[in-house]
Amino acid sequence: MNISRRTILKAGLAGLVAPAVAGCNNGAASRGTGEVIYWLWDSAQLPMYTECAKVFHEQNPQYSVKIEQYGWDDYWSKLVTGFISETAPDVFTSHSSRYPLFAAKDQLLPIDEYVAQDNLDLTIYQPRLADRWIGADGKRYGLPKDWDTEVYFYNSALTEAAGISAEQLNSMTWNPQDGGTFEQIVARLTVDSKGRRGDQSGFDKKNVAVYGLGFADAGGSDGQTSWSWYAASNGWKYSEGEPWGTKFFYGDPKFTETIAWWRGLITKGYMPTLAQATSGVDVTTTFGAGKYGMTPNGSWMLGTYAGLKQVKTKLARLPQGPVGKRMSMMNGLADTIWAGTTRPEASWAWVKFLGSKTAQDIVAKAGVVFPAVTESMPAAKAAFAADGWDVTPFLEPVEAGDVFAYPANPNSADVNAVMTPAMESVLAFEKDPSSLAEANDEVNQILSAAS
Amino acid sequence: MTATIKAPPPDRRRSRGDLEARPIRRRSLGDLKVALIFLAPATVGFVVFYIWPTLRGAYLSFTEYSLLSPPEFNGLQNYERMVQDGFFWNALVVTVEYVVINIGLQTVLAVGIAMLMYRLTKSITVRAVVLLPYLVANVVVALVWYWMLDFQIGIVNQFLGWIGIDPIAFFGESVWGIPTIALINVWRHMGYTALLVFAGLQTIPTYVYEAAEVDGSTEMKTFWRITLPLLRPVLVMVLVVTIIGSFQIFDTVAVTTQGGPINATRVIYYYIYERAFTRFDFGYASAMAMVLFALLAIVSLLQLRLLRAKESDLA
Repeated sequence: MNISRRTILKAGLAGLVAPAVAGCNNGAASRGTGEVIYWLWDSAQLPMYTECAKVFHEQNPQYSVKIEQYGWDDYWSKLVTGFISETAPDVFTSHSSRYPLFAAKDQLLPIDEYVAQDNLDLTIYQPRLADRWIGADGKRYGLPKDWDTEVYFYNSALTEAAGISAEQLNSMTWNPQDGGTFEQIVARLTVDSKGRRGDQSGFDKKNVAVYGLGFADAGGSDGQTSWSWYAASNGWKYSEGEPWGTKFFYGDPKFTETIAWWRGLITKGYMPTLAQATSGVDVTTTFGAGKYGMTPNGSWMLGTYAGLKQVKTKLARLPQGPVGKRMSMMNGLADTIWAGTTRPEASWAWVKFLGSKTAQDIVAKAGVVFPAVTESMPAAKAAFAADGWDVTPFLEPVEAGDVFAYPANPNSADVNAVMTPAMESVLAFEKDPSSLAEANDEVNQILSAAS
Repeated sequence: MTATIKAPPPDRRRSRGDLEARPIRRRSLGDLKVALIFLAPATVGFVVFYIWPTLRGAYLSFTEYSLLSPPEFNGLQNYERMVQDGFFWNALVVTVEYVVINIGLQTVLAVGIAMLMYRLTKSITVRAVVLLPYLVANVVVALVWYWMLDFQIGIVNQFLGWIGIDPIAFFGESVWGIPTIALINVWRHMGYTALLVFAGLQTIPTYVYEAAEVDGSTEMKTFWRITLPLLRPVLVMVLVVTIIGSFQIFDTVAVTTQGGPINATRVIYYYIYERAFTRFDFGYASAMAMVLFALLAIVSLLQLRLLRAKESDLA
């Protein structure tokens, strides 16, 4: 007993230190040389990627993949702390809003050499999708894995009750002056507490039971699921370069008149106030409770809407704007390699596999997202059809080429920090849309100071 | 440990006659060794997790540090920036508003609950129930209230509807944001604070109450003239601790409003977090953290001074 206590103490301390040491360099010493650590944030996609990892290991017995999944918010802070403490994963799912900064800070491994060395065919992807992952420095940082666009998710029981046909919903027009047939439909879908519709006389905009149009938030700097398609179909662009902008145009009249019209729907009672819309769980839950006629959203939300059992949800095209086209943002994810990886070869093999038709077929068949590989699309379409979705409205703008990119920018966090409160002030009627010109100056100041 | 049990070895000094002093010196030395061993884990933890990060934070506050590239010394630039930064001042005002509502209401309610418990029941079950909200994780509490206070589908607004009050956008309206978050945390912490006050009440000797009764003091008079003054040392301690905790409000904001609507709930901790971890402006964030540190130190010292925490009116 005399010695044992001290020995136990020492052993205990040693035990505490050992894993801490091994934890450095993302566990390079403790795991096999062929083992790749891979991170993703979407739990819905975990089963497909587990399946991909199995097939990958069968095809490449010398390599194996360990998958870890963290929720969106944790994911990014864990990733950044991983970069600093050198415990980041070898390969991880990346987003257009985040990768430019990581690339600018030398945290991503350029894959140009690998692509050239393996003679990789980049035309198998949806047009323009692979090029989104060429950074501002001209280097390629990832292979695309999926893509997304926006449509309106509508409550078909409510549209039927309003006497609005699917044809009407799919041939909407819009302009920033009177809102076109889109606004007429939104008005008709709005019902006050006494059952009067938004386009009927006596409509009480102070006591609305069902709003024609729901929205999640003021949209920040990108407006991806709130206003991006109105502005784009009004002929507006985020910045002078696409997608790499150094000067933004939030003060452009084409943008401010779009936002003025959009927030006008609140005044008219067709859309909840910003306070009401943001005071609660989220826009889909409210939609699921039958409180909104339609809500715009992205294709990655199909699974969530399918889970809303109290309502029957269908999809409608975005409206045709003044430029004569329906425009949707097209964004996508890619797998990127951490610059500090200790096993670049194995990481590249995994990224290459995930970007191949074999892997994307597995992803497509699960019917959760649209695969980046064009030839895998029919399988995804069939999987979504089996779940009762006709996803054509998502695909049309891509086929027609009427899409625009997510505004890429290494300073997007700073831009957002200015634009989020600025947009909220406008939507809350605390400031006029013309005030966006000042916010825009601030944004451009940040960008010129950073470059 | 074994050393203290062994008989002291023969010593030359003992023959000189200073037998009395010896064992005391020996024992205190022996205890020191043991004490060091027992203190070591806590000290290591304190140094590694508190002292070192504080010193490093102080250093980083004088640098431009974007996390992914090494810090560069830039003198007082971060502090100069802070003076110009409207967001920083807004964050301070919002935080103070939160602390005033949170601490004001929480302390009053806690004293009330403690008095009720003291006068009506000493049941362990009641104490446990009062403590329950505190045992639920912050984030869970925030999430549950977030759901219940939803504008369109939340149960609270449903209830308000039944009694004829229009629904309130608790988290969406600028004026409601901070009061809502403050009230959620009052709900969570008041039971715990009440228990601390309750413990304080038990230290007040019963003879003073008996004397008050004999002198014909009313219930209210007894409370204001006897209970509160004698409770002061405990109350000061509780106030200092809860105010420091209250200034550090973060999780409820992070889970619910994330600083919005507009900037209505962008409290100082959340702003520091945003600067550091979403905008990678670590130097500036560290500088703000240092200012908050100094601010809290001053507030706590002032409280201890003004409320004469060390003295009791009993003596």
